[in-house]
Amino acid sequence: MTWLNAIAQGMLLGGIFAMAAAGLSLVFGVMRVANLAHGDLMILGGYVASVAAVSLHIPVALTVLVSMAAVGGLGYLIQRTLLDRAMGLSEFAPLMVTFGISVIIPNVLVQLFSNDTKPLGIGSLGTASIRVGSDLAIGWFPLITVVAAVAVLAGLHVFLYRTQSGRIVRATADDRAVVRLMGVDNRKVYALTSVIAFATVALAGTLYTMRQGGVTPYEGQLTVLFAFEVVIIGGLGSLWGTLAGGMVLGIAQSVGAQISPDLPLLAGHLVFLAILVFRPQGLFGRSVLA
Amino acid sequence: MSSPLLHLDAIDAGYGDFQALFGISLDVAEGELLALVGANGAGKSTLLRTVAGALRPFSGTVRFDGEDVTALPDIHRSRKGIGLVPEGRRLFPSLTVEENLRVGAATGRKGPWDLKKVYEMMPLVADRRTRKAARLSGGEQQAVAIGRALMGNPRLLLLDEVSLGLAPLVVEQLYTALPGIRAEGTTVVLVEQDLTRTFAVADRIACVLEGRVVLTAPAADLTREQVTAAYFGTLEVTSP
Amino acid sequence: MTAQTTAVVSPAAPSVLPAVRRGGLAAVLGLTGTLLVLLVMASLPYVVDNGVTTQLVKLCYLIALASMWNLLAGYAGMVSMGQQAFIGLGAYTLFVVNDHGINVYAGTLVVSAVVALIAWPVSYIAFRLRGGYFAVGTWVIAEVVRLIVVRFDSLGAASGRNITTITAEPVLRQAYTYWLALAVMAAALLGTYLALRSRLGLDLQAIRDDETAAGSLGVNVTRGKRIIYIAAAGGCAAAGAVICVNSLGVASPSQIFGVQYTALMIFMVVIGGIGTVEGPVIGALVYFLLDKYFAQSGVWYLVVIGAAAIAVSLYLPRGLWGTLAHRTGFAIFPVTHKVLQTTRRDEA
Repeated sequence: MTWLNAIAQGMLLGGIFAMAAAGLSLVFGVMRVANLAHGDLMILGGYVASVAAVSLHIPVALTVLVSMAAVGGLGYLIQRTLLDRAMGLSEFAPLMVTFGISVIIPNVLVQLFSNDTKPLGIGSLGTASIRVGSDLAIGWFPLITVVAAVAVLAGLHVFLYRTQSGRIVRATADDRAVVRLMGVDNRKVYALTSVIAFATVALAGTLYTMRQGGVTPYEGQLTVLFAFEVVIIGGLGSLWGTLAGGMVLGIAQSVGAQISPDLPLLAGHLVFLAILVFRPQGLFGRSVLA
Repeated sequence: MSSPLLHLDAIDAGYGDFQALFGISLDVAEGELLALVGANGAGKSTLLRTVAGALRPFSGTVRFDGEDVTALPDIHRSRKGIGLVPEGRRLFPSLTVEENLRVGAATGRKGPWDLKKVYEMMPLVADRRTRKAARLSGGEQQAVAIGRALMGNPRLLLLDEVSLGLAPLVVEQLYTALPGIRAEGTTVVLVEQDLTRTFAVADRIACVLEGRVVLTAPAADLTREQVTAAYFGTLEVTSP
Repeated sequence: MTAQTTAVVSPAAPSVLPAVRRGGLAAVLGLTGTLLVLLVMASLPYVVDNGVTTQLVKLCYLIALASMWNLLAGYAGMVSMGQQAFIGLGAYTLFVVNDHGINVYAGTLVVSAVVALIAWPVSYIAFRLRGGYFAVGTWVIAEVVRLIVVRFDSLGAASGRNITTITAEPVLRQAYTYWLALAVMAAALLGTYLALRSRLGLDLQAIRDDETAAGSLGVNVTRGKRIIYIAAAGGCAAAGAVICVNSLGVASPSQIFGVQYTALMIFMVVIGGIGTVEGPVIGALVYFLLDKYFAQSGVWYLVVIGAAAIAVSLYLPRGLWGTLAHRTGFAIFPVTHKVLQTTRRDEA
């Protein structure tokens, strides 16, 4: 039963990974930009929520929205002022811009809040759980995060496949020059995409922070790896693949931890590398190689 | 004749250091169908791209409906009613046929064309509405590309080599759509290699040779020999 | 579709091949000058005190590291975020080599070769990815290497360890360390220069400009990239060994395997000018001075570093040296071909 428990906990953890990866996948799909700062933006989302809760006394549940709005707004600014210009220069320039952001964010956080854990408590919800059988306990909060992840991915799916704006986003991903002939300003599409992606990762970061009870400045260096791994495990361009990728990584880490407390990271990375070697197109997606 | 819908004055254009168009001046009247004739590399596609605003000319003026649109990028020109069916069709491959058409309506222009009317005119397209554009035949793709441009309700439709790489029978089918498009009052500029077809559909013909317009005249006043001569640049022809 | 392309395909072109020159006098002067600088640097332990050479050790390994990252990204189009894997492996392999009785100075050469050998199979995993995903893939590989290394108690596990046998006399040790660092830097620079002037250099520049086109012209894209990846791993390992010798060991595996090293490399290359041999040297000098004078101003200094990387990428994409060289056509290490005389194209 402990193994079953490990798998269940892994799936619950995977929801957050999937949510974090969705924005990364979206930005790469539409703009062909691999956002190296994605993990740091996630952590930034956690910090914004923490400040909102602790310093501004905003109810914890609402801090999620504050964080999404703030980081989403930052996404708009970064896209319009930095990435638009970088995308016009070379493939290398946007990578360097996101790299620069990934250096700036954690160090600003250290300067403002020190290296200590920035807390974000959710009270009794953090420990409440449903017992299933003798060994299996499903935490309420992890369950909420998985439901949220499924809702976010389903929402993204509906947006991209059922609305005119979503169709335009996908058309821009296919051919950024031709949409302009249809009156579509591709740069506005990029801005919209960035806002959605940044807001999503802020949500993931806030839930991640709540789950852990707090966050530290350099954790983005870890979460960025998780997000990229999930995208590649699931397969590029597949939202449901992203969910599956999150679950696979979550389970790998959680089962690894079950074997030995110092194994979760290594187990997750090794599963990722194994997928890369044996199934480079990911579980559900188009090939990364093309 | 009132002022032309499209007025080009002394257009020089090209890519980087390479100049493709030299002092092009051309008028297209509302409701007219102008065919551009010329060898590969003569600059016909460059000319259409310049009109659509996808390419900014080095110098010269583009007027649309009397307004100077030279500085206006393609995004805004399409909203004003210039629709380009680009060379090579350029559909959105991961979108379905119907989605491609719906994106075409993003110009936000009101007019006769909507999904229903496009499907009525091109039953071939209607049959494929749920299929991914990447999985269409060349002729189907071309039909969708035309339908997509029509969904934007253009006043001026620019068709770049509709027949490129397609079987004659397929091209024939595509051309049957043309009268329906013109019946809505749409002005058309098209590029076509087949002279017989050009003479059959065009009100006026402009011959482009090495980036210059060497001959423009009503189709009825021209002979095939004159056009062929202009095409190869073998005869000194001056615009009548 | 430019005019130059037309010239190449015009039938008259093949009959008269244009004369091509590379560097010539400039190359001789540049090389002589560089050798002189290296000689002067090599004699420094006899003329200046330890404090100076201690600082120069850092500059030397920074230049070596920057050159390696430049080789990867600037010449083979591989943006790696995982060079810390090889820096760390360099340091840790030095422990193993040293434990087997080889002194740390000669050991650095062995380390470099061993790590290059390790990088060979690793490249098969890393090359499954491209672009930004390659960047993160290499980073994951570095994490895996770190997580595996800390599982060895003999290597100090998670708490780092010291070098067992090293020159005891401090002044002599300092001089040896400095010469080692200088040698690694010289090898990195000259190795880069010679590689780029070889056929491989031409292939690489074709790959960087357009990988698909290069492939269709018969350039073995993967082979060229693999050679560079392995060479850069060897170079980074040597630098890692220098870092290890310089601090008599490794303080903690998370430090030597830290992504900060790659971040530094990227910063130096971008600031100095990517895709030039000289750029990384300039970038390393800039960073060295920034670090010397501003490091104590704390974390804000790192924020400025990040902002500078963004600003230079956006507004000075050729970097400091690249911009200068582009404006003046000057190069200390000329690796580009200059066409002296072309066949005249008929007026269109």
